[in-house]
Amino acid sequence: MPYLEVDRVTKRFGMFTALEAVSLSIERGEFVCFLGPSGCGKTTLLRAIAGLDPQTSGTIRQDGRDVSALPPAERDFGIVFQSYALFPNLTVEDNVGYGLQNRRKPAAEIRTRVNELLSLVGLPTQGTKYPAQLSGGQQQRVALARALATSPGLLLLDEPLSALDARVRARLRGEIRGLQRRLGVTTIMVTHDQEEALTMADRIVVMNHGRIEQIGSPLEIYGQPASAFVADFVGSMNFLPGRVTGPGRISLGDGLAIDCTHAAPQGGEIRVCLRPEDVQVRGITDSTANRFPVTIAELEFLGSFCRATLRAASPGITLTADFSINLMRDLDVGVGKTLDIALPADRLRVFAGEAAG
Amino acid sequence: MALAEAALIRPKASSDDIIMRAGIAVVLFLLALFVAAPLWTLLSKSFHNADGRWVGLDNYIHYVSTPALIQSLWNSLLISAVCTAIVVPLAFVYAYALTRTLLPGKAVFQAVALIPILAPSLLPAMSMIYLFGNQGMLKQLLGGSEIYGAGGIIASQVFYCFPHVLMILVTALAMADQRLYEAAEALGASRWRIFWTVTLPGARYGLISAIFVCFTLVLTDFGIAKVIGGQFNVLATDVYKQVIGQQNFEMGAVVGLILLAPAVLSFFADRYAQKRQVSLLSARAVPYVPRRRKGRDALLFLFCWLIAGLILVIIGIAGWASLIKRWPYNLSLTFDNYDFENFDPTGWDPLWTSLKMAACAAAIGAIAIFTAAWLLEKSRGFHFMRGLVQFLATLPMAVPGLVLGLGYIFFFNSPSNPLNFLYGTLAILVINTAAHYYTVAHVTAVTALKQLDAEFEAVSASLKVPLPVTFVRVTVPICLPAILDIFIYLFANAMTTVSAVIFLYGADTKLASIAVISMDESGFNASAAGMAMCIVAVSLTTRLLHLLLERTLLARLQRWRRR
Repeated sequence: MPYLEVDRVTKRFGMFTALEAVSLSIERGEFVCFLGPSGCGKTTLLRAIAGLDPQTSGTIRQDGRDVSALPPAERDFGIVFQSYALFPNLTVEDNVGYGLQNRRKPAAEIRTRVNELLSLVGLPTQGTKYPAQLSGGQQQRVALARALATSPGLLLLDEPLSALDARVRARLRGEIRGLQRRLGVTTIMVTHDQEEALTMADRIVVMNHGRIEQIGSPLEIYGQPASAFVADFVGSMNFLPGRVTGPGRISLGDGLAIDCTHAAPQGGEIRVCLRPEDVQVRGITDSTANRFPVTIAELEFLGSFCRATLRAASPGITLTADFSINLMRDLDVGVGKTLDIALPADRLRVFAGEAAG
Repeated sequence: MALAEAALIRPKASSDDIIMRAGIAVVLFLLALFVAAPLWTLLSKSFHNADGRWVGLDNYIHYVSTPALIQSLWNSLLISAVCTAIVVPLAFVYAYALTRTLLPGKAVFQAVALIPILAPSLLPAMSMIYLFGNQGMLKQLLGGSEIYGAGGIIASQVFYCFPHVLMILVTALAMADQRLYEAAEALGASRWRIFWTVTLPGARYGLISAIFVCFTLVLTDFGIAKVIGGQFNVLATDVYKQVIGQQNFEMGAVVGLILLAPAVLSFFADRYAQKRQVSLLSARAVPYVPRRRKGRDALLFLFCWLIAGLILVIIGIAGWASLIKRWPYNLSLTFDNYDFENFDPTGWDPLWTSLKMAACAAAIGAIAIFTAAWLLEKSRGFHFMRGLVQFLATLPMAVPGLVLGLGYIFFFNSPSNPLNFLYGTLAILVINTAAHYYTVAHVTAVTALKQLDAEFEAVSASLKVPLPVTFVRVTVPICLPAILDIFIYLFANAMTTVSAVIFLYGADTKLASIAVISMDESGFNASAAGMAMCIVAVSLTTRLLHLLLERTLLARLQRWRRR
C-alpha cells in the first residue's frame, strides 16, 4: 500500500482552479519532486498535503488514514520553507528543540536529541548561536533539523534551496539527498529547478496549469517526455515542424523525409523533438539513416561545450546541437562551415500540434 | 463515484482554530460594546426627543433654524480653513528643511517642533492669554483688538496642529527617488522647475493627508476654543454647552453628528492618500541624498530658528507664568501656584489620577490591541467576523474624541444599561481612551505582525505546538519594540486628552487635563498653567524613559537581531 495517496484533489480559489483532479501515490521512503513553472500548482498541492490550505475536494490518505479534513497539527509531517521560517529570537538549539519541548520530555533527553540532530546536519558546534548569525546554508540545515526533530513520517520541502547561491545549493542537494536516504523518511520537495529535481528525486511529478503532465523517474522524464510541455520544460529541446507521411515515416519542414520509431500521432501537423546533445555528427556514412547536410549559422561557447545553431539546406529546418570542445577540434568546426548530421531515429519524440515558431 | 468526486472537503477546526475564533468573538464583542454601541446610541438620540420618542429629522430642522447654532458651524469651518492655510505651508517648508537639506542641528529642530504634542491643546491658548490677554504683556501690540475669539483660537491652533502636520509631511518628503532628480537635472531643468515637477508631485498625497488632518484637528478640538474662544462659538464648544450646560442631549447629539461628518470625510481622503503614497515608490528607488545650497540653506536655517524659537517661547511662557507671583504686576518667582489644594479641592490628585489612568490605558490597551491584531492576522477562516473586527478597529480613527465621549455618556449613563455602574469610574476613562486611540495602535501592531515570516504558524502547527505558545515564545518577543511603541502612544495621548474624557470623569476621577480647564475657568490661570506644565513634564519623562529603555533593556532582549 502506498504511504501517501492523493486522489482527484481539486483546489479552487474563487473562479480560478489551482489544482484540477490531481491523483498520485507515493511509496514509503520515496523522494518525490513536484516540478513545474511558477503558478503550476505544485506549492498548492504541497500545502494541501500539509493541511495548510486544504483542497476544495478530493481525498488525501497518509499511512492508511484519511487526512483530507484534518488541520495541520493533527497530521504527521515536518516542513521546511523557502524562507526557513526560523524563530529569530531563539537560539539554534531552541529552534531545533521547539517541537520537543512541547512534548513534556525530560530536558536531558531533549538536549541529547538536539545535539544528535545538529550533528546529523553538520552543525554540531553552532547550537548557542542565533539564526541571524548563521549563513543561508546553515540556516537551511537548522530548518531541516527542526523539521526532523519530531521524527515525522513525511518531510515536506518547499523550494528549500532557491534562496541560496549556486555553489551552496549544489552542495546541499547532495547532503539533503544523503540524509533522506539514511533516515528513510518519505520526502516531497517542491522546486522549479529541473536540475535539482533530476539530481535528487526518485520520481518527478511534472505539473503545469494545475494538472500533472507526467510522473516518472528522472531518466524517464528526461529521455521519454510524455508531452510537449515536459519535453520543453526539462532540459533543452529542438522542436521541428513536420507531418506524418506513413508508419514510422515523417516529413520534416518542407519535405525532408526521415524515419522515427516513436509512435507518431496519425496525420496532421506534428512536432518532432530531439535533444541538442543527441544530434549525431561523428561516424556518419552514406548508409546512416536520417542524414542531411547543414550549415553552422551560430556558435555559442558555454564552457565545456558549444551550442551550435544549424541550418539545413532543405528550407524551414533550424536546430541546435551541442558539440563538445573535443569534437569542435577534431572536425574543425566554425561558423559558415557545412557538415553532415543525422537525427537518430530512436531518439526522436513526436507530439501532435504545430510547432510554435 | 460521481457523488464522492464532488464531495467538498470541510476542514476540521483545530484546537488552535477554536481558541482563536473564540478570541475573535471576544474582541468583536468588546469593540461592539465600546465603539459601535455608543456611536449607535448617539445616532439614534439625534432622531428622538427628550422623552425618547422618535421625531425624525425634527432635531436637525431645529438646529438649522437656530441662527446661533448655524453661526457656530460657519465659525468652525472658517477657523479650520484659515488654520490649515497657515499651518500646512509652514510645516511644509519646515519638513523640507528637515528632509531635503543638510542644515546643522536638524535633530534639535525636529525635537523642538514635536514638543507641543506633549502638552494638552489648551497650553498654547493659555500662553496666548498671558501674552495678549486682558493682562497680557504684549497686549498693546494688538492695538484695540482682543485675543479672545477667532484670532486667539487660530494663533493657538497653529501651534497645536504644527507637529501633527509636520510628522505627516516629513514622512511624505523623506521618501523620494534620487533617480528622478538626476534625470531632471540631466534634462537641464531649473531647480525651481524641479521643485514644481518632481518634489511637489512626489509629496502631493502627503499634502492632501496633511490638509485633511489639520482641518479635522482644528474642527474637533475642544480645549483651545474653551479657553480662548470668548464669545466666539464653535461646534466643539456648542456640544459641551448643549450637553453639560443645558442638558439638551438631543441637540448635543445633532451637533456631535455634524462634527462627525467632516471627520469621516477626511478619514477616507486620508486613507486614499496614504494608499497612493506608498505605491508611489518602487522597491528599486534610490534614496534621495540631500545636497548643500548656500542661499537656500541660510534662508531655511533662519526660518527653522524662527519657528522653533516661537514654539519654545509659547511653551516657556506657560512654564514661566506658572512660577510668577502675580502676573504681570509682580514678576517675582514662587512655587505657590503649584500648591494646587489652594485653588481646587482636588489638589494634586488629578495628576495621580491621570498617571494611573494613562498607565492602565497604555498597559491594558497595548496588550489587548496587540493580541486582537494577532488574532485577526493569524487566524484561518471566520471571514465575516474578522471583517467586522477589521472595520470596528479602523472606525475610531474617524471619530473625534468629543463625539465618542458623547456617545459614551448617552450609552453608559442610561439607567437601563447594566454597565451603568461604569459611569464616572476610572475604568470607563481607561476604556474610552483605549477605544479612542485604537486605530493607530492597531495599525502599528498589524504592521509589526506583517513583517514576521508568514510561516511561523505553519511551522508551529507542524511541530504540534499550540499557537498560543508560539505567540508568547516567538511573536511577542519579536514584536516587543512595536508593543512598547503602542504603550507609549496610548500613554502620551491619555495624559493630554481632554475632548473625550470631559464628559466622563467623576468626582474622584478628575484628570490633570480637566483640572487645567477647571482651574482656568475659576480664574487660577497660573495654577492651570502649572498643572499643564506637570503634564508636559510627565510626557517628556515618559519619552525619555522610553528612549532609555530602548537603548538598554530592549537592546539586550533583542540581541538576536545582531549579526
